[in-house]
Amino acid sequence: MSESTNRNANNAPALMPPVDVVEDSGGITLYADLPGVPKDKLDLHVEADTLTIEGAAVLDAPDGLAANYAEIDTPRYRRVFTLSKELDPSKVAAELNHGVLKLRIPKAEHAKPRRIEVNVA
Amino acid sequence: MFGTFFPRDILAELNRMQHDIQRSFDISPSIRGIGRGGYPALNVGGTAQSVEIYAFAPGVDPATLDVNLDRGVMTIAGERKSELPSADAKTSVHIDERFRGRFRRVLTLPDDADPNGVSARYRDGVLHISVKRRAEAQPRRISVQ
Repeated sequence: MSESTNRNANNAPALMPPVDVVEDSGGITLYADLPGVPKDKLDLHVEADTLTIEGAAVLDAPDGLAANYAEIDTPRYRRVFTLSKELDPSKVAAELNHGVLKLRIPKAEHAKPRRIEVNVA
Repeated sequence: MFGTFFPRDILAELNRMQHDIQRSFDISPSIRGIGRGGYPALNVGGTAQSVEIYAFAPGVDPATLDVNLDRGVMTIAGERKSELPSADAKTSVHIDERFRGRFRRVLTLPDDADPNGVSARYRDGVLHISVKRRAEAQPRRISVQ
């Protein structure tokens, strides 16, 4: 899995969320920090070998709120990754909990490691 | 660290560079340093009746969040546990950008903030603290006798 410079057709400015990517023998686990993004504003899609994570942050702001100071100045997140072909994008599992997205992308059956028996002749 | 070698989103990269440059050239930073890029990120806003603070702290157990208000100084502290596997596990970490460990951020509230009118909610990884302004500091019309 690698990150691509391809930008989505929708080129609205967006923040790049920090991620952790961990690989084990069964697949890849990706964690992304998406604070403020509710489940219905999270958009995950895989197109060919491109995985796009997009989300819109929703804050409950009272009427007449004027910002004094902002470190998060864009209420959108976007990040794009290129999947390698041993990953199976049809079996991606996603969980969103306390603003952290956890994606599990398993490896295709044929790409899982196998132990090869050595026969002594 | 990865960003330097593999530029991805040019706008995000420029943004990061701008913050780095700002940090090195800011000759009179706030006494508590520049929190930009820190964890949790803070947004602060206000209305006539309240001061609203948003701390972007995803992945924290709300029960372990510690919000204190002492003489007009608010402290937000807590800890975010690592989700990375231990080193001996048969895994490899390809990207490691998310914050882990203990954090603490401190901010000064305006003079009219009411320490008895504070409420805090944690939803979708955002801690929203609302501090009421004192009633006696609200603008009012004075009737002329």
